[in-house]
Amino acid sequence: MTATLERPSVPPVKKRVVTPTRVVLHAFLILTCLMTLAPLLWAVYASLRTYDDTSVNGYFSIAKSLTLANFAKAWEVGNLPHFYWNTFLITIPALVITLLLSSMVAFGVSRFSFKFNLLLLMVFTAGNLLPQQVIVTPLWRLYRLIEVPEWISESGSLIDSQIGVILIHIAFQSGFCTFVLSNYMKTIPYELTEAARVDGASVFRQYWQLTLPLCRPVLAALATLEFTWIYNDFLWALVLIQDGDKMPVTSALQNLKGTFFTDNNLIAAGSLLVALPTLVVFFVLQRQFVGGLTLGSTKG
Amino acid sequence: MTALQEKPKAVAPEGPPPRRRGKRATALAGTDKLVLGLMLGIPTIVHVLFVWIPALGSIALSFSRWNGIGGFEDIEWIGVGNYVEIFTEYPRFWPAVQHNLIWLVFLLVVPTCAGLLLAVLLDREIKGSRIYQSALYMPMVLSLALIGFIWQLIYTPDGGLLNSVLGLDKPIDFIGDSDINLYAVLVAAAWRHTGYIMLLYLAGLKGVDPSLKEAAALDGASATQTFFRVTFPVMKPVNIVVAVVTVIEALRAFDIVYVINKGRNGLELLSVLVTDNIIGEASRIGRGSAVAVILLTISLGVIIPYLYQVFSKENRT
Repeated sequence: MTATLERPSVPPVKKRVVTPTRVVLHAFLILTCLMTLAPLLWAVYASLRTYDDTSVNGYFSIAKSLTLANFAKAWEVGNLPHFYWNTFLITIPALVITLLLSSMVAFGVSRFSFKFNLLLLMVFTAGNLLPQQVIVTPLWRLYRLIEVPEWISESGSLIDSQIGVILIHIAFQSGFCTFVLSNYMKTIPYELTEAARVDGASVFRQYWQLTLPLCRPVLAALATLEFTWIYNDFLWALVLIQDGDKMPVTSALQNLKGTFFTDNNLIAAGSLLVALPTLVVFFVLQRQFVGGLTLGSTKG
Repeated sequence: MTALQEKPKAVAPEGPPPRRRGKRATALAGTDKLVLGLMLGIPTIVHVLFVWIPALGSIALSFSRWNGIGGFEDIEWIGVGNYVEIFTEYPRFWPAVQHNLIWLVFLLVVPTCAGLLLAVLLDREIKGSRIYQSALYMPMVLSLALIGFIWQLIYTPDGGLLNSVLGLDKPIDFIGDSDINLYAVLVAAAWRHTGYIMLLYLAGLKGVDPSLKEAAALDGASATQTFFRVTFPVMKPVNIVVAVVTVIEALRAFDIVYVINKGRNGLELLSVLVTDNIIGEASRIGRGSAVAVILLTISLGVIIPYLYQVFSKENRT
């Protein structure tokens, strides 16, 4: 994140001249961008047209009229508010707890030195890279074994409960966050916490009042990234939740397909509605999003 | 990038070697020790219990025969039987391996080249660079499940964009035809992956010391020569990250094929064979776990070298 800022600014050597190479370059880039945006624009176009229009004239035609009716219908028929709410119930706790736990581990391994520091970091880093399918079968079985009171989960175990999905998000995502946060915390001068220690600050105060505020930029970046990742999760909820009513919106899409039959306009509208929160986050917090990915990838 | 490259400087102790810090840690007061222990312990337990224990569980179960519903006493230990069956009899296994391999090669070639090219083009002073970047990054925020839905609108023979543009008499069933559907899906997956690769290379290019390029230019190297002989080799860490990310992505591939046709009819993948045992019709935990172990083995093949690359530096400081 800071990387982009630290780059020495190149002094403007000469005035920008319109050369043929530049024209070709821009033409190429514009074309590439349009091709990248085409699938989404196509979905937007289809979603704005009526079924009568497209069934008579086909999709590849000039629209007779544009309407938002498909969005309203998808919203209602797909029961989207309910599924958005499910997603919210899963994403927000998972996100907050992941960042909290990861920052604790990162603080521990970057501020103090134990023999097993490196091993611990490796366990978290490697864990975040495992394909989910390596974990999923025993996890599914483990969830059936872990009994929880019925007020937490109607099934009496972690299976088929949103708590279970939140837990695996926390466990799985904390790998990545710990790694990124520990790298960042290592760049904070050691003398800072040292001074606080001399002044008698407890370990917790060093973490909560000194280190965390300094990590604000990286926490913002991670929060943005993790929001989209957890929101976009499909597999965990699909496998660990059996009751379609408890599914978050991304996994519920699968069932919506049946509800919408073969009305492609409706499918387009529904898909766009599901994509909307992540698209909004991307447009508003693009710097954080890109910064988080950059930090996470350049691991030294 | 730079932030992390500075890390050794920030950490590199001028006087106190790490050992001294170790002593300090033991000199912590009782409460502090307890607090620190909890701060490290709780997250570690959560992570190990829900990630690593199940991963080891897959290994154990791969040597068993079990329907997964009954109790543990129903587990029958059959040694390497599942592996033998997978390699010799299971009809969906080899197609899945082949598809995963195609997936990997495709992702390693197409999005990597495209992403690198775009990064090189955008890593210079051009007007509107930010807008171009935004457009190219955008697919990254969409889930692969959603991408499956959106791209079906393009591929469908019934008024899809592609068939309309091609205008053939007989529309092509990009999703239904098992000879081509894998590639159709791969184009959609690559659509998303390219932005990520571009992001990684843009960060990498920004981290390359400009004086290196200047020196090469002074020595009379052309721009192309400078790129392939100087810039690209210097970006080795980024190349490794790109390779790791791509391999893992290829092994994880699941959502998009599951949304399209539940991973059948030409879209079989190893990940689908695993999940079929818990949410599909097959319920053979042992065989599914054996496939998971194969996935684990391949992924460790890139994870371990990667860990070595990342953490060996740490040891040196």
